[in-house]
Amino acid sequence: MNNTPSPPPASDAPRRTIDIVNASLKRRYARERRFRRLGAFAVALGLSFVVLLFTDIVSKGYTAFAQTYIQLPLNLSAEVIDPSGSREPATLAAANYTKLIRDALRQQFPDLTERQALRRLYALVSVGAGDLVREQVLAEPALIGTTPELWVLADDDIDMLVKGNIDRTAAPEDRRVSDETIGWVTQLEQQGRVAKRFNTIFLTHGTSREPELAGIAGALMGSFYTLLLTLLLSFPIGVGAALYLEEFAPKNRWTDLIEVNINNLAAVPSIVFGLLGLAVFIGFFGIPRSTPLVAALVMTIMTLPTIIIASRVALKSVPPSIREAALGVGASALQTQFHHVLPLALPGMLTGAIIGMARALGESAPLLMIGMIAFIVDIPSGFTDSATVLPVQIFLWADSPERAFVERTSAAIIVLLAFLFLMNLAAVLLRRKFERRW
Amino acid sequence: MHTWTLILLLLAVMALAYHLGMKRAITRVGGLKQINHLHSLPAYYGVYAALWAGIPALLLLGLWLGFQDHFITALVTAQLPPDLVAAQSAGQIDLILNDIKNLATGNIVSATVTPEIQAAATQFARFEELSTQAQWLAVLALALGGASFAWSRTEPQMRARNRVESVFLVIMVIFSSLAILTTLGIVLSVLFESLRFFELVSPLEFFFGTNWSPQIALRADQVGATGAFGAIPLFTGTLMVSLIAMVVAVPIGLMSAIYLSEYASRSVRAIAKPIIEVLAGIPTVVYGFFAALTVAPVIRELGAAVGLEVASESALAAGLVMGVMIIPFISSLADDVINAVPQALRDGSYALGATQSETIRLVVIPAALPGIVGGILLAVSRAIGETMIVVMAAGMAANLTANPLDSVTTVTVQIVTLLTGDQEFDSAKTLAAFALGLTLFVVTLALNVLALSIVRKYREQYE
Amino acid sequence: MSTTVEAMDKAMSVMTSAELASAQHSRETVGDFTAAEPRMVCRNVDVWYGNKQAIKNVSLDIGKNEVVSMIGPSGCGKSTFLRSLNRMNDTIVDCRVTGSIQLDGEEIYDKKLDPVPLRARVGMVFQKPNPFPKSIYENVAYGPRIHGLTNNKAELDELVEASLQKAGLWKEVKERLDQPGTGLSGGQQQRLCIARTIAVSPEVILMDEPCSALDPIATAIVEELIDELRQNYSIAIVTHSMQQAARVSQRTAYFHLGDLIEVGETNHIFTNPQHKLTEDYITGRFG
Repeated sequence: MNNTPSPPPASDAPRRTIDIVNASLKRRYARERRFRRLGAFAVALGLSFVVLLFTDIVSKGYTAFAQTYIQLPLNLSAEVIDPSGSREPATLAAANYTKLIRDALRQQFPDLTERQALRRLYALVSVGAGDLVREQVLAEPALIGTTPELWVLADDDIDMLVKGNIDRTAAPEDRRVSDETIGWVTQLEQQGRVAKRFNTIFLTHGTSREPELAGIAGALMGSFYTLLLTLLLSFPIGVGAALYLEEFAPKNRWTDLIEVNINNLAAVPSIVFGLLGLAVFIGFFGIPRSTPLVAALVMTIMTLPTIIIASRVALKSVPPSIREAALGVGASALQTQFHHVLPLALPGMLTGAIIGMARALGESAPLLMIGMIAFIVDIPSGFTDSATVLPVQIFLWADSPERAFVERTSAAIIVLLAFLFLMNLAAVLLRRKFERRW
Repeated sequence: MHTWTLILLLLAVMALAYHLGMKRAITRVGGLKQINHLHSLPAYYGVYAALWAGIPALLLLGLWLGFQDHFITALVTAQLPPDLVAAQSAGQIDLILNDIKNLATGNIVSATVTPEIQAAATQFARFEELSTQAQWLAVLALALGGASFAWSRTEPQMRARNRVESVFLVIMVIFSSLAILTTLGIVLSVLFESLRFFELVSPLEFFFGTNWSPQIALRADQVGATGAFGAIPLFTGTLMVSLIAMVVAVPIGLMSAIYLSEYASRSVRAIAKPIIEVLAGIPTVVYGFFAALTVAPVIRELGAAVGLEVASESALAAGLVMGVMIIPFISSLADDVINAVPQALRDGSYALGATQSETIRLVVIPAALPGIVGGILLAVSRAIGETMIVVMAAGMAANLTANPLDSVTTVTVQIVTLLTGDQEFDSAKTLAAFALGLTLFVVTLALNVLALSIVRKYREQYE
Repeated sequence: MSTTVEAMDKAMSVMTSAELASAQHSRETVGDFTAAEPRMVCRNVDVWYGNKQAIKNVSLDIGKNEVVSMIGPSGCGKSTFLRSLNRMNDTIVDCRVTGSIQLDGEEIYDKKLDPVPLRARVGMVFQKPNPFPKSIYENVAYGPRIHGLTNNKAELDELVEASLQKAGLWKEVKERLDQPGTGLSGGQQQRLCIARTIAVSPEVILMDEPCSALDPIATAIVEELIDELRQNYSIAIVTHSMQQAARVSQRTAYFHLGDLIEVGETNHIFTNPQHKLTEDYITGRFG
């Protein structure tokens, strides 16, 4: 056993090297630590951007899911609403519900008589409040003749005031709501007549110029029709193209050209697709603008590269032995693909399609070009109805000056992000469920 | 909705053709017992008949829908009273036609309705009705004709499978050629409109002019008679916003890719990497909202605090947020190329006594440089083409400035602005948007081709 | 060689049963594994990849001014052993080294010991030439630069030239020092890697099959070089070629499935192997 360490070597040249190395080591490690810290800082920065973005949006938007209502005893007297007593829907709908609300409001503040002041008082409730009461009465005719305590939709300024977004202590000229109005609201609050209730309008109505009446249902339906048609068009086309390019295409200049085109189209700015849609689909083929139909055509062209590339990856991951086995028992090339390869590659292709659809759901720039920014109150009910989509709705609302629209825009973003999250989750789960190791 | 009804009907005809074709094949061969004497499985005869019924009819329907509007418009235009058409520019005729169409479909009309226009509208509606009736007849006749042709051709010896398969193959070839068609469509549509623009405004003024104000006519005799079309301020604005974005995204993206691939433990990487990539999945309109409503006010207040004047829509706000959007793009590309650097190079460096950061800085990064440069070029192309963030946060004013606190406008912002206002389709303003689109397309295409070729060369180097 | 039994006892107390199963096969080494003037002293070295033991209880010295060659069938652990001598295995996740490896009396797996200066002292040349994607000059200057070995450009030039001279590459590349190192032929690349290693003036050079990617002519040049380098350095070389081991080394160690089977003077091993496995390998019965 020779375990004793040998003495340092006599030659001093190597010693010199290690001395130099050791001398500078501290400095080098300091630099190492700096570099490492810089990297950690970059990661932390990236993560904090995510956190910042989400907290900003959520903190701005969550309040939009509640909406301020004012409880008023509405005198739904039969003489006013249904003088004939027939309970005909047409008669009921024609009654002046706004006046009923105004009367009820005036009862709360009997001292007010001046016209101007009364007009300011009436502004406490939304201009659409009457319509909402009408809907309620139509749904429940038994209310007629009674004086129920109904929750009446408040104006957006009142909503902001109640939610604390308008500072009551600020100088009167700095806020949109006058001292007089604040006094009224405070009085109503003390009587327990002001409350925030779940905002069903936001989820069931189309857009509106009035924030308190604006909802995302129209945009959601527009997005739904657009995506549905996009999927119906782009999935079969994408899969067919991928199948051909991956399994059948001869290696020649034409297929090379196709490959180059697909890769480049995937990186073309989305707004250029909007120009294409405007010039070709609307300008040349005369497809009506602002419709889910033309939006879906543009989206199909945009998402095709994504779907083709994902589908080709899925096809590549099917081992050649499967093809050989099928061909070996006498299946034709096409039968091999349709019976054996496609079913195995389908989950991967679907994952790609979902990711493509998620991209299409969030896309807005090209849709601005093809008229999806039109102001459309009605909820679309088909592919050729004028419509807008959720991200464009967000864009439009973001431009609106009312403070209440900031809240609604953020809430619409929350809904959009929730849908994107669900789609990505579906893609991940699908991939995990069908992931195969060959 | 009548078109959808027709399509449904067509599908029904196809289903019927399938059924009959299959039955016919079985009868012709002499019943189910003789079925092995058929060349192909009976279902293929059915599909063969269904294809004959469906494809020609669908093609006809598509062509009809695509061109019906053109034909009717041409017919109606030809019959317009000459005094209405004479002395009108092409744009104004378009407006009149628009009114006619709106009137025919019962929409709101911009101008007062003259009897001539009312008559033309009635005629338009009549033509449309006629066309629809003819379309139904022709499409259904073609479907039935195709089905009966297939029926008559169905023989036991017919190679139904081969025919069906070759049809499918042709369909697949057409699907994959759509990519080329799209590129062609983009190039042609954008190029065509741009050429018309350059007839009105000289390319020299467009590419080198420094005054952009397409909304206001500066003098009556001005080219295009609507405004000035010098795009230099747009180019510099685009460059500035992209530059700010890259200044944010490149260091953060690169350093986080380095940290996550070289230093971070497996669990940190597994959590941090997907979270950062969430940034790539957020719609751009959300970033635009964030830039305009959160970042811009903060920058303005910060500027005010140190005595700087910041425009409410500053290039800085848009650029910063765009940079955040691009971080995951850079980091995942950099991650790929860094992982492609062979371990042997790292080993060589470690074996000489290099520390980890020395190995990364002096060996890994230089080795990965071409790939990183390619990735950055792709990111630049994305920044140049990004629309929503700048539309919402960068502003409309075409300032020729180098101050990032000023408001600037970009190529994409102007495309959106020019095409979303109310204007006729043929004005210089509208066409200018296409000229900008062409410039954008060419520049981003060049960047992409260059970047992809660099990245590909880099991959080959280490394969 | 009682150490084997002790190590076994120690091992049994701390190892899992799976580890134990593979540990039980370790054999005793035939021959004298010590060197007259040892620079590196390895005792009872075990190397583990996760639950798999790659090196079993190996003891071996590397002496001053000698070339020790390590031979054995592929997968026998000779490269693993070599890589543990300058802690290159640190870069592999899950790799554990136990036992004692000393360089001039210093425990290199001591927690306090820094692998960076260690690797400056124990250089390594790899199986596949791995020049950095830099110029020839920068390849050689890399080590001196990071360690700050020279004070100015003239000194660095001199060091680069001297290193290339020693590696026998100077005459071939002196006209094109600024061209990429990756543009050289395979043999030149490997000599560039050797020059790169020499430039740091290490005390021990480890070579992991340095000629396996080279043609016979380039191999001959590198082998000649190794013999010359022996004057100044201690060298451990892993090779799959017995002829090469015979040509360049003074002592030879034969590895088999993670065990060091036999070690001794090179001419003894090749002419008169003591162990049956060594004999089988040398006579070409397997390997």
